[in-house]
Amino acid sequence: MPEYQVLHEKARSFYPRYTRKAEAQHQTHYCPGCGHGVTHKLIARAIDELGIQDRVVLISPVGCSVFAYYYLDVGNVQVAHGRAPAAATAVKRSRPDSIVISYQGDGDLAAIGSAEILHAANRGEPVTVFFINNAIYGMTGGQMAPTTLIGQKSTTSPFGRSIWNEGYPLHVCEVLAALEAPVYLERVALGNSKQVMAAAKAVRRAIENQVRGLGFSLVEILSPCPTIWKKNPVEAQRWVREEMAKVYPLGVFRDRTKEAEPRPAPAPPPALGDLPRILEIGDGAGEALPPLPKDPFADHRIKIAGFGGQGVLMLGEVLAEAGLAAGLEVSWLPSYGPEMRSGTSNCHVRLSTRAIDSPLVAHPTLLLALNEPSLRKFSATVEPGGWILYNGDQLPADCARQDVHVAAIPFTRLADRVGDARAGNMVMLGALLEITGLLPEAHIDYALRRKVKSERWLELDRRALAAGREAARQGVTHAS
Amino acid sequence: MARQLIKGNEAIVKGAILAGCRAYYGYPITPASEIAEAAAFYMPQAGGVFLQAESEVAAVNMLFGAAAAGVRAMTASSGPGISLMQEGISYLAGAELPCVIADITRGGPGLGNIAPEQSDYHQVVKCGGHGGYRTIVLAPDSAQEMADLTMLAFELADRYRNPVMVMADGYIGQMMEPVEFPAEARPLPLHSWSTDGTPEHRSNLICSIELQPDDLERHIRKLEAKYQRAEREEVRAEHYRTDDAEIILVGYGIVARLLKSVVERGRALGMPLGLLRPITLYPFPVRELRRLSRQACCFVVVEMSTGQMVDDVRLAVEGRRPVEFYGRCGGNAPSAEEIFAFVERVAAHPAEALLEEVADA
Ligand SMILES: Cc1ncc(C[n+]2csc(CCOP(=O)(O)OP(=O)(O)O)c2C)c(N)n1
Ligand code: SF4
Repeated sequence: MPEYQVLHEKARSFYPRYTRKAEAQHQTHYCPGCGHGVTHKLIARAIDELGIQDRVVLISPVGCSVFAYYYLDVGNVQVAHGRAPAAATAVKRSRPDSIVISYQGDGDLAAIGSAEILHAANRGEPVTVFFINNAIYGMTGGQMAPTTLIGQKSTTSPFGRSIWNEGYPLHVCEVLAALEAPVYLERVALGNSKQVMAAAKAVRRAIENQVRGLGFSLVEILSPCPTIWKKNPVEAQRWVREEMAKVYPLGVFRDRTKEAEPRPAPAPPPALGDLPRILEIGDGAGEALPPLPKDPFADHRIKIAGFGGQGVLMLGEVLAEAGLAAGLEVSWLPSYGPEMRSGTSNCHVRLSTRAIDSPLVAHPTLLLALNEPSLRKFSATVEPGGWILYNGDQLPADCARQDVHVAAIPFTRLADRVGDARAGNMVMLGALLEITGLLPEAHIDYALRRKVKSERWLELDRRALAAGREAARQGVTHAS
Repeated sequence: MARQLIKGNEAIVKGAILAGCRAYYGYPITPASEIAEAAAFYMPQAGGVFLQAESEVAAVNMLFGAAAAGVRAMTASSGPGISLMQEGISYLAGAELPCVIADITRGGPGLGNIAPEQSDYHQVVKCGGHGGYRTIVLAPDSAQEMADLTMLAFELADRYRNPVMVMADGYIGQMMEPVEFPAEARPLPLHSWSTDGTPEHRSNLICSIELQPDDLERHIRKLEAKYQRAEREEVRAEHYRTDDAEIILVGYGIVARLLKSVVERGRALGMPLGLLRPITLYPFPVRELRRLSRQACCFVVVEMSTGQMVDDVRLAVEGRRPVEFYGRCGGNAPSAEEIFAFVERVAAHPAEALLEEVADA
């Protein structure tokens, strides 16, 4: 009896009838002598023996075995070419009790999906992978695979695979054996019935490992493809035994099944009612602060700019947070990206008694310039009647404007005196509050407490604020 | 519940978890990375899965696996990463798997830059993957909507068994605004179709294959019927002072925020401006635009690109009114002043604009 008919002694994990073709409900679509059919049988047997049919989710690839779902009566997921290990990862992580099998060909796993298998193995995903190495692309009609042997002809290596053009056959077990995480890696073959029996054991072990909760297991199966190889099933088996096995030595490449610890079960999920606390969305109110009156209408458009490290974004955040506590509408928009790395940084803050249309501030009513480049960049954009606060003794003559108020104060130097030059942003904030009465002290202090977690810094920032207020009382240049 | 000052990107994650999302797979990219970072922090605490994938290709296929397992799942990325996910999004739509994908857009093409642009409209709204499918696309314009529309996205994804995209420019992702979250988290859904390794669901199959042309045509028609239902039932748009408007501005995301100040500026000078802000980019507010084309003398579309959504506005208006376009790109946002100046020019010469349009046609 030819080997392929062996499928007819069906394991329970096979569907009683295959619905793929109405006229052939007892036959798979695999060619006579194909290793896929044999491997399916081994997998179905193992599932039967382990009594896990209800728990199995089989991820089928793109390749000749794309239709595995017609045969195996388990949960079935059919995925994109090469990505079965990614999908398997996610099924297993969300459903740790399922038994997830990723079934892949050599084009699927070793070419297009090489990243996914490497990383799934490296993460030690506790799934089982069956890797059918038939040294060729079957489904698409015989193109070269990464596992095609040197000199082997295919439709895309018509003169034979050359190490100069296509490189060497890829040894998946050997590559994965270089990783720490895999628990079990074995290469078997389907070259004769003795080899098939050894393969059956390996297949079963690889699944059993998962049932035991151990990590990543992969079995590479050297598998005949008589059709593309243009051999009869018997010759094809011989080629597996005599040619493939020479290049791809059979054996166990990793076996840590004895010492591997079962993976710890995930912690039980929190109660739904706990989520607002976990997401930190329940504590917003914090303390009751008096809201500011909505009337008269106020609309502050603030631009803060300086070097990275001067606390530009943080100054903006404190303003926005305090404004929110005061019942205002607020927005905070940072510059982000390479600009940050090149050393300058700015943010747009709006504080308004009405809904805010655009969070972008093109024409600030308040410009807080922590350095000269920022002043130069933005001073001309300030609304007439607005304010410029500048971190320096005076505005450079060419930046002077007659139609805006100016406070030029060496904030960083003052901060240094208070204890840390990095608190210059808070000195500036103190001056801003003193000059404009923008927000009450209590709200600013509340915002500071939300943002600054270190006691030492909180104390320093408070002193910096006071120093800023004091400086503002002394030296303010008003618009003429 | 009190309002909290947070970044749009973070609001997405909190909204997602409240909506029952329990799996996040992603790959870092500016300006979307805070989404992955917040997910890495909150998802495990919420009893969910967070994994930084080896690529966006892997991430979207992990999303496929999580969705197949019946879990509410999401990923987020920006332009180049979304390009890599397109094959996977097509598979998700073909296999009818619900999930949410956020695109926090940046400047392109190529590596472009990381400043905000709206030039992913074509690849996201017109579906950059292969085959005939659609994804519902929601376009938040505030941190609040980042949360609200993400929560809505999960509902729509389940209702239509289809991926839903949330597309926002980098500004909306990066800025902080007050956000109010619902006081209660939604219960986790149970999907009878999922493959979760349980006896009840053993015979389930998640698959996008239909070999026979007749079968595939039936499948595609079924998908198409879903999309048509979405076109009837899920269109969302904000009308801002359109009641008596004669010049209708159209923009989404951060641009719509700018357009509101343009409308106000115009109104203060007695110009009859109004704004239509599409909230669903697919399904597109075609009927609203058609209706407005009866009262309006012209439309002005503003985008942070060289013009992508404007095509859809033109299709909706069907040549009845001129549709003018103003765009900035490269990561530059237009200022309200420059938009207003453009609108003033259009308003001064509506007839000319119309003539031009006719001559072009
Ligand atoms: C993205 C993508 N690229 C290419 C293909 C075409 N394709 C289908 S199967 C296959 C090769 C499968 O070969 P292998 O994994 O060795 O499996 P076999 O058919 O030999 O079992 C290819 C290239 C595809 N479906 N998707
Ligand atoms: S082409 Fe090869 S791999 Fe594909 S079914 Fe036939 S024998 Fe099997």
